[in-house]
Amino acid sequence: MIWVNIIIQGILVGGLYALFAAGLSLIFGVMRLVNIAHGDFIVAAAFLAWVVVQATGLNPLLSLIIVVPLAMAFGYALQKWILNSTLGKDILPPLLVTFGLSVILQNGLLEVFTADSRKLNAGVIETASFPVLPGVAIGYLPLLQFIVAVAVIWGLQYLFYNTALGRAFRATSDDSETALLMGLDQRKVYAWAMALCMGVVAIAGVFLGVRSNFDPFMGPGRLIFGFEAVIIGGLGNLWGTLIGGVILGVSQAIGAQINPGWQVLAGHLVFLLVLAVRPKGLFPRIDG
Amino acid sequence: MSKKIVLNRRSILRAGAGIVAAPAFLRRAYAADTFKVGLVSPLTGPLAGFGEAQDWVIAGLKDAMAKLPVPIEIIAKDSQSNPNRAAEVATELIEKDGVKLLLGKDTPDTTNPVADQAELNGVPCITNNCPWQPYFFGRNGNPATGFKWTYHYFWGLEDVIANFVGIWDQSGAAKKVGGLFPNDADGNAWGDKEHGLPGPLKAAGYDLVDPGRYQPLNNDFSSQIAAFKAAGVEIVTGVMIPPDFATFWAQAAQQGFKPKVVTIGKALLFPASVQALGDRGDGLTSEIWWSPNHPFKSSLTGQSAKELADAYTAASGKPWTQPLGFAHSIFEVAFDVIKRTKDLNDPESILAAITETDLQTITGPISWKAGPNVPVKNVCKTPLVGGQWTKGDKGYDLTITTNVQQASIPVAGKVRLLN
Repeated sequence: MIWVNIIIQGILVGGLYALFAAGLSLIFGVMRLVNIAHGDFIVAAAFLAWVVVQATGLNPLLSLIIVVPLAMAFGYALQKWILNSTLGKDILPPLLVTFGLSVILQNGLLEVFTADSRKLNAGVIETASFPVLPGVAIGYLPLLQFIVAVAVIWGLQYLFYNTALGRAFRATSDDSETALLMGLDQRKVYAWAMALCMGVVAIAGVFLGVRSNFDPFMGPGRLIFGFEAVIIGGLGNLWGTLIGGVILGVSQAIGAQINPGWQVLAGHLVFLLVLAVRPKGLFPRIDG
Repeated sequence: MSKKIVLNRRSILRAGAGIVAAPAFLRRAYAADTFKVGLVSPLTGPLAGFGEAQDWVIAGLKDAMAKLPVPIEIIAKDSQSNPNRAAEVATELIEKDGVKLLLGKDTPDTTNPVADQAELNGVPCITNNCPWQPYFFGRNGNPATGFKWTYHYFWGLEDVIANFVGIWDQSGAAKKVGGLFPNDADGNAWGDKEHGLPGPLKAAGYDLVDPGRYQPLNNDFSSQIAAFKAAGVEIVTGVMIPPDFATFWAQAAQQGFKPKVVTIGKALLFPASVQALGDRGDGLTSEIWWSPNHPFKSSLTGQSAKELADAYTAASGKPWTQPLGFAHSIFEVAFDVIKRTKDLNDPESILAAITETDLQTITGPISWKAGPNVPVKNVCKTPLVGGQWTKGDKGYDLTITTNVQQASIPVAGKVRLLN
């Protein structure tokens, strides 16, 4: 029964990794940009939610109504005025700019919010759980987090394959120059993609803040699992990212059950195994 | 367009260089009679919480500085929470700024590189706020000979263990302890079979369940919780960073694990991190190195511990923190040394004054002369007690519950059980 519990908890943690990774996967899929500052944006979103909660007294989960649109507007502006001017044939400049953004964000947050660690208090949902089997209990918060991760991925997937904006994303991703010839302004398309990414980042940030303490410097530490989930699942494939997150969560949980020292190692080993056997990930996006 | 920007940048740089250079030039003019004290501490980065009160402390030293026999200049540099950077700025302070006395504080990541540079360059150095074993053995100190130029004061692992056991003895919980030790310098030292918690706990009749070292910033403690539940653990201990403890504590509740006593090092130091846990912070226990209830006074300002803490809260609007006392007392020791030094231009003379220190500070008595508080040469131990966080009307308060080692520090209550 212990193993059933461990694997269920691992799957639920996988939902968190998928939330961290969905924005990364989206941005990479559309514009081949690796966003080093992704983890710091998640932490910044958690701080934004904290400010909103302090100002309005809303439950952090409800504060998403305000935080998500704000984050999306920020993402649009960030892409339009900063990142777009770095995109080109060379992949290095945008990478370096996001690296710089990461440093600026960390120290900016330190200046404004100090080094104190904070948490978003969502009330009883944080610690409540329901038993499914003897010895196996599922917490409402991890479950909600998993459901939200699935919903976010499903929503992005729907948007990609059933809307005009999604068509624009795919067209620009496949061949940005031809898309431009057809009248698609890639800069605008990219700005929308970043806006969506930041919307997902805001959701991830709020869940991060409700789960545990956060401080200005914890972004990069949280980023690595997001990266691994994206790569295990296959670059640019959103459902793959969810599955990648779950594989990572479960392998870490199994590793931890054998010895807590193996928890992170087990995740990394699975990651390396996938890279060795299928360098493009388990479910690579079909390139045209 | 781009040309204009370059010009602007250059002119700004040039103007900036002028501003920076001017005071340096002026400083050199009166350098002969100014005694320079260098301080390295983490002001930014993950350890910034330790350095938070420092600027306020230094600003409050003006009167005390005026009373010293020579004009003093304090040059404070940021370690950015990085040991390499700490060594770099320490060298800069010694070689470029020409400090005659070097101070360093907050965790082995700062105290050790700073002390190493001072030892190497023959500059007298005083550090605090790092348990003495990582400071002394982390620098490959030999208890027989010790170091020449570098002196340190804080408590040691044996004190933490004594206080934790004191808390548990008082609680009456079953003697089954679950250990949560991360795979970092602290976790490995605390969990070490020979020098860490396991030996003394066994001697005190406690049974330690240690599932193994986890990686810091862990997202899932299910396997540890399952192991604790299976072993009937009633006491949880460890040395964790705040986010890891918060993750563990929420998961413990979700999975129905209800220990009676939870005593954690590091994660529960700052009121802000306990506040962040909401109602679930009430009743957690931790080590206390300094609190407003300590019966000590500042040798510089005459303030009691409580007055210093209240003044900080009034000025900053933030609750007191444990490093506040140590940020203050390092200057008490430094200024006392300066007062007693016969020849401030002679490092040997400054060193002699350090070794003869016998001072009552806001963090307790400091003296490096052989005695019960000096476990090895160069190290003086300050008192350590244990306590419990209690949620009141105005937020969290730390109540001293255990003074097994320091009867002079009064206890204010008994340990309450969590469940």
